Amino acid sequence: MSPIPVEITAPNLEYRLLLPVLLIFAGACIGVLVEAILTRSHRNTVQLVVTFASLGGALISTVLNWRTQDEAITAVGSIAIDGPTYFIWTILLVFSAASFLLFAERKVENGASVFAAQAAAVPGTIAEREAVEARMEHTEVYPLALFALSGMMLFPASNDLITMFVALEILSLPLYLLCGLARRRRLLSQESSLKYFLLGALSSAFFLYGAALLYGYAGSFDLSAIDEAVRASPQQPSLLLAGVALIGMGLLFKFGAVPFHSWTPDVYVGAPTPVTAFMAACTKIAAIGALLRVFYVALGADRWDWQPLMAIVAVATMAVGSVLAITQTDVKRMLAYSSIAHAGFIMTAFVGAFQATTGSSAGSLTSISSILFYLVAYGAATVGAFALLTAIRDPSGEATPLSSWVGLGRRSPTAAVVFSLFMLSFAGIPLTSGFIGKWAVFAAAWSGGARWLVVVAVVISVVAAFFYIRVIVLMFFADPAAVAPQILRPGWTTQVVVGLGVVATVAFGVFPGPLLDLAQHAGEMLR
Amino acid sequence: MEMGFPILTVLALLPAVGAVSLIFLRGALAKQVALAVSVLALLLAVILAMQFDIGGGMQFSEQAPWIAPLGAYYALGLDGIGLTLVLLVAIVTPVVIMASWRDLDAAALASAERAPTSEERALSLSQARAAGPSTGGGRDLLKGLGRDPLRGSGSTLAPRYGLHVFFGLVLAVESCALFLFLATDVFLFYVFFEVILIPMYFLIGGFGPGHGRTYAAAKFLIFGLLGGFVMLASVIGLYVQSARVGEPSYLLSTLSSLPLGTDAGRWLFVGFMFAFAIKAPMVPLHTWLPDAAEESSPGGAVMMVGVMDKIGTFGMIRFCLGLFPEASQWATPVVLALAVISIIYGAILAIGSRNMMRFIAYTSISHFGFIVLGIFAFTTQSMVGSTLYMLNHGLSTAALFVVAGYLIRRRGSRDIHAYGGVERTAPVLAGLLLFAGLSTLSLPGLSSFVSEFMVLAGTFTRHPVHATVSTLAIVLAALYILIMYQRTMTGAVQPERPVRVRDVSSRERLAMAPLVLLIVVLGVFPKPMLAVIEPAVSVLMQHVGVTDPQPRVTAEGGR
Repeated sequence: MSPIPVEITAPNLEYRLLLPVLLIFAGACIGVLVEAILTRSHRNTVQLVVTFASLGGALISTVLNWRTQDEAITAVGSIAIDGPTYFIWTILLVFSAASFLLFAERKVENGASVFAAQAAAVPGTIAEREAVEARMEHTEVYPLALFALSGMMLFPASNDLITMFVALEILSLPLYLLCGLARRRRLLSQESSLKYFLLGALSSAFFLYGAALLYGYAGSFDLSAIDEAVRASPQQPSLLLAGVALIGMGLLFKFGAVPFHSWTPDVYVGAPTPVTAFMAACTKIAAIGALLRVFYVALGADRWDWQPLMAIVAVATMAVGSVLAITQTDVKRMLAYSSIAHAGFIMTAFVGAFQATTGSSAGSLTSISSILFYLVAYGAATVGAFALLTAIRDPSGEATPLSSWVGLGRRSPTAAVVFSLFMLSFAGIPLTSGFIGKWAVFAAAWSGGARWLVVVAVVISVVAAFFYIRVIVLMFFADPAAVAPQILRPGWTTQVVVGLGVVATVAFGVFPGPLLDLAQHAGEMLR
Repeated sequence: MEMGFPILTVLALLPAVGAVSLIFLRGALAKQVALAVSVLALLLAVILAMQFDIGGGMQFSEQAPWIAPLGAYYALGLDGIGLTLVLLVAIVTPVVIMASWRDLDAAALASAERAPTSEERALSLSQARAAGPSTGGGRDLLKGLGRDPLRGSGSTLAPRYGLHVFFGLVLAVESCALFLFLATDVFLFYVFFEVILIPMYFLIGGFGPGHGRTYAAAKFLIFGLLGGFVMLASVIGLYVQSARVGEPSYLLSTLSSLPLGTDAGRWLFVGFMFAFAIKAPMVPLHTWLPDAAEESSPGGAVMMVGVMDKIGTFGMIRFCLGLFPEASQWATPVVLALAVISIIYGAILAIGSRNMMRFIAYTSISHFGFIVLGIFAFTTQSMVGSTLYMLNHGLSTAALFVVAGYLIRRRGSRDIHAYGGVERTAPVLAGLLLFAGLSTLSLPGLSSFVSEFMVLAGTFTRHPVHATVSTLAIVLAALYILIMYQRTMTGAVQPERPVRVRDVSSRERLAMAPLVLLIVVLGVFPKPMLAVIEPAVSVLMQHVGVTDPQPRVTAEGGR
């Protein structure tokens, strides 16, 4: 620990390494300016250009930095740019880009966006109708989503708890707003927004309190300083344990793990589907990234304390997600529970904590690398599935009840086959990326000594497979419903997303080698 | 054919290519392409068999790194045991395609769906009435007729998809099965072990004749996935063990010399064995098979029982014994006990079955018991017998399902009691059924006899009690086959069921011909197959570290 500097010097920022986050942040700020300056008719196009330009720039600079293998803890020790960070940034940018392509979908709503015409208008009022007739729309969604994305990128890269908290808030606040912006079923959407906000604020408070307790214990917010303090003291005082528990709660909430999962189904259902896709893929990536960083870097030496607890959480998450998913009658809700179950599967590797510090040999599959691969597999199937969901509609909007998907295989074989592919990937059937992901996280868990957890996980996998298969049965083997939903041909943006999801799911299922290699080389965090 | 030509890949991939091409074909062309592809695969398999060097160990090997971080290779190879099963798959698939040739034709479907004539109305009503008070075996009837006694003849549901899908799925199953029997990499094997469930699932659920098909298909899939995922844990465990020693590798050749601790070996063994016991299937993990067989089309049932279930017993030999020799011996008492229970239980339930497909499924459970018994008796004779039994069981079950399918197509009912006196109007059909039945009950002179005898004789040298109890099943087999034959074929043509049963057509005879021929030839002259299998078994015995208890009893005893 360094003494407090007497005179304040300007921090030395390595702009090149931080460029991706800065670009996204700048893109968001420009987006706000666009809203203020341009007339409504031009906004949408310009916003799209700004959004994808900043995404592209960020992606390019991330990849370039990654190729030079510059790894550093920068920004006065508050941001760690290392292998996992690069990997996570890359996939965050890719999945965000895919989600934003869904934001741009206009065909399924007859030329309007899928977001509310005017969020401030009370649902069902004349003001709302006027807004719809005036073809108003919220192009603010793009800067909002970019702000969230910049927070998501910062979150898993933060090397101290304060930066992490700030990142948590940056990623959360725009998401609360985005959740309430659905064009259809607006009350549901607003309800989900409020729920997410209240619970999210509560979890942020937990996180902050935990950070404060850890500061009290270690005398620093710095992750490596906390690590040193844990190693130095032979006993774990209650301050540390309480701090770990509270920080864990805050992070597990964002990750959607049981028992902090209850917001997930409601929010996923209420939010506009593109936002749901964004949240389901990207928030989860950011949250597990942060979870890994805090628990492996700062609390790695204390893992005998948190591993048993996290193992219980992992089992509960897998079990609750899988079992409750069986009872769902709504596709979106089912996917929400499925995301909970997948959070549990990811946690098996997290609990295994198979890292260089815990005895993994160089080049073997560590917990982090297996999770990174899993995130790609899961993200591809998730974004793809939600994208497809937007195209299957009845007069009230998206046809999410499972009953209206009955017999889809007859009416639209392509859509049904593609959706089945995503379901098979979720279920972990070989030759899809989901299988390799499952294999990887279970292998990491086993290597880390959590053998019993793997056995429990494979048994729960059967339960999980059951409800994915059930969707396939409904689509292919059941007779079509009387009131069948319409399958729209969505705009090219959505089609591209579905196509990419299919390609990624199959390619990383059949030839996962290069990606696994990449994940393996990104398998250790700087401390 | 020169060295280095990837003939195994070509063989296994050929049906898959055929299956994909069927997506774009319709009608008669689809059937012709499917048949051509399967015959071509058969030709390739025969060429392989001719080139096969007896005693040459694993041959035609191909190996390429597939997923380096996982240590997974694309590795294929063929030994005597593999060749036996490859031949089985290659022979059975064209038979299935020929036997199912007209099943899905528009005309055939129209007749199945046609409005019932007044005669048939009376008939099905009387059937429904007869089924009403009965219990047990009558469950099947109730299922089919109870809900809607007036629906068509025997209430056959239409297939959900066109014929090109059916033949495509059959070819897909063939391709997966070939990969499974050729894989010399555990990961590759596992991949196809799971993937084969998908086409099989659609084959059952999409083309079964009854209302229970969706349920049966789902049950099949859940059991399959349960086994698969439990095995996944063991597959991962193998990786972890292998990565601990050095570079991880899933190659059989590397893994078989991997030093496993006793405990680790046993745990991993249990995972594999559980999956194979579901697939084989052994009591008490067998319950999916009767349901799935009952609800699938005859062609689908052949692919499932005749081909796919062999993966279980094959896996026991190649992976349980090959990778975990110590654990295999450790588990022997339990496995043998379950095998004997399967033998007797399957036979007894077969006697009590009224549904023809269910009946064949139970006979198979009994026969799979024999195969497992022979494998885990650890004598050269019994193991060779078991391997040969896999081939013979595949042939005779295929024959039985195919003939049963002919019969069912003619009358629309799967109830054994719905028939009687068929041999008067359809003597050839009756003859074929009798032949398939006799092969199933292991009549001397037919192929099953050789293998069953070898299994029992080999087992007797080490486990006399097990062998003696299992012998009982020979009597039971005679009972169930002959009772079934008597009920369906002999006796008077029952006056209340006057529909005349047509005899088999020449196309149907042609489909059965290879099966009949092989059953007879292998029954009289099993030497070529035994010669192919024996070296592979000796290698395995050495690997497991057991020797025959009485050296003078060898495979020669089977002749």
